[in-house]
Amino acid sequence: MAPVITTDRLTKRFGQFIAASELTFQVEKGEIFGFLGANGAGKTTAMRMLCGLLTPSSGKASIAGFDVYTQTEKIKKSIGYMSQKFSLYDDLTVAENIRFYGGIYGMSRALIREKTDELLQELQLQGEAKTLVRELPLGWKQKLSFSVSIVHGPEIVFLDEPTGGVDPVTRRQFWDLIYGAVDRGVTVFVTTHYMDEAEYCNRVSIMVDGVIAALDSPARLKAQYGAANMEDVFYELARNAKRKAD
Amino acid sequence: MIQLSNIKKTYNKGAVTAVKDISFSVEQGELFGLIGPDGAGKSTLFRILTTLLLADEGQAVVNGYDVVKDYKQIRKGVGYMPGKFSLYQDLTIEENLNFFATVFGTTIRQNYDLIKDIYQQIEPFKDRRAGKLSGGMKQKLALCCALIHKPTVLFLDEPTTGVDVVSRKEFWQMLKRLKDQGITILVSTPYMDEANLCDRIALIQKGEILSIDTPQGIIRSFPDRLYAIHSSNTYKLLKDVRSFAGIRSCFAFGDALHVSFTGHQEEALLSHLHEKGHDDVSMSSITPGIEDCFIHLLK
Repeated sequence: MAPVITTDRLTKRFGQFIAASELTFQVEKGEIFGFLGANGAGKTTAMRMLCGLLTPSSGKASIAGFDVYTQTEKIKKSIGYMSQKFSLYDDLTVAENIRFYGGIYGMSRALIREKTDELLQELQLQGEAKTLVRELPLGWKQKLSFSVSIVHGPEIVFLDEPTGGVDPVTRRQFWDLIYGAVDRGVTVFVTTHYMDEAEYCNRVSIMVDGVIAALDSPARLKAQYGAANMEDVFYELARNAKRKAD
Repeated sequence: MIQLSNIKKTYNKGAVTAVKDISFSVEQGELFGLIGPDGAGKSTLFRILTTLLLADEGQAVVNGYDVVKDYKQIRKGVGYMPGKFSLYQDLTIEENLNFFATVFGTTIRQNYDLIKDIYQQIEPFKDRRAGKLSGGMKQKLALCCALIHKPTVLFLDEPTTGVDVVSRKEFWQMLKRLKDQGITILVSTPYMDEANLCDRIALIQKGEILSIDTPQGIIRSFPDRLYAIHSSNTYKLLKDVRSFAGIRSCFAFGDALHVSFTGHQEEALLSHLHEKGHDDVSMSSITPGIEDCFIHLLK
């Protein structure tokens, strides 16, 4: 299958400081790609370049076939983004949030209506269309936020620590949604601090001090580092990190 | 050292119940964990115990002092690290620490021994403003500020949330050392794996305590036999196991599924999976973890 994300020595400098150094990797269509790293390793900088929000200093990258230097608007239309910090508007209803995001991405009213019904049904939120998002429990908000982030049918969705703070059952229901989206061909690029979630990914990269220190399937990484789980792999790679800045 | 009796707290004129009828106690020198997701009521309990919030009903005693009548004495004797970073962003590391020492009528030098291990890790950056620090460094500074007046009880509200695995490990090693010096610690966390590092824990959800015990005690009271099942395609495995009739519960845990049965149907499940095309399934009996217990108690 063709890669949907390709980077070649992608680098970002801020003055003398190299936040992300020569990142080279590919993400295949329909893959769940875990993007891990210590605080301050450069994950956020890398993500912002991939989303077309930050111009790289050097290197190449193509996202859904579009260039990160010259086609950032096309990139933004082809991707979805969700983070725990910013997601939905609390003072809009569930249906209004969906209409708002659909509208931003230029979807027709008819299509938005159709997608709204579909989405509410998948989340079993049919009774909550007119509920203010503020009144939803955190777990529902996160699930809704994920579904809204892919309402325009993007090729890739970027999830930035999507599951913080929710109970263990809700966290797993969230991953059921991710797997469902992958079944429909969406590619998932996800960061997390829960190391058990790293095991749900097809492949995982671990950034340390601005470089990709390891990249492989969880099973192969565990074998390579003689570790029982991904937490031990991460600890082995990141414990000698020099950078502690965010 | 800490005692809560039938504590209840509501917000929005009673419309939202944060905690209902919570009672437990923490012994002198104990490291006690409140384990639960956002919205469980953990921060509300911290605010009540640190005298920043009045309960609707019930009593609470910290260090022998009542949280309502004797709030001034409590404030002198406890250290509190709130969930949200609450130091002065435009003061440097050293200025923040000095400020908190002065407020409590002490100096950095006087209690340096207590914070030394932690402070030395951030001391090279002591002229940097708190707002410019990384998550791990903010966390260490906040802990130093909570300790600078040598409290007898330490309240730590989600100190490790959003911090990477390496910093989390270091932080728990620091807590262990503080406990060894006789400080009583009440700490909350949404990470179930950190529960094992506490002497005792309360699992809490939606304002109610699901269980209180030592981590080993909670694990021992897990009622079912639990199995870990592996196969190369975990997502398909999950769907196929869930479609089998004799399953009590089935959840993904890392690269395995944790499964319990309603009866003795282990062999039947294996042949069911074989029929579904899984030819590399392995199943083994395992000891549950705290997260398994939490999921079980949620039902």
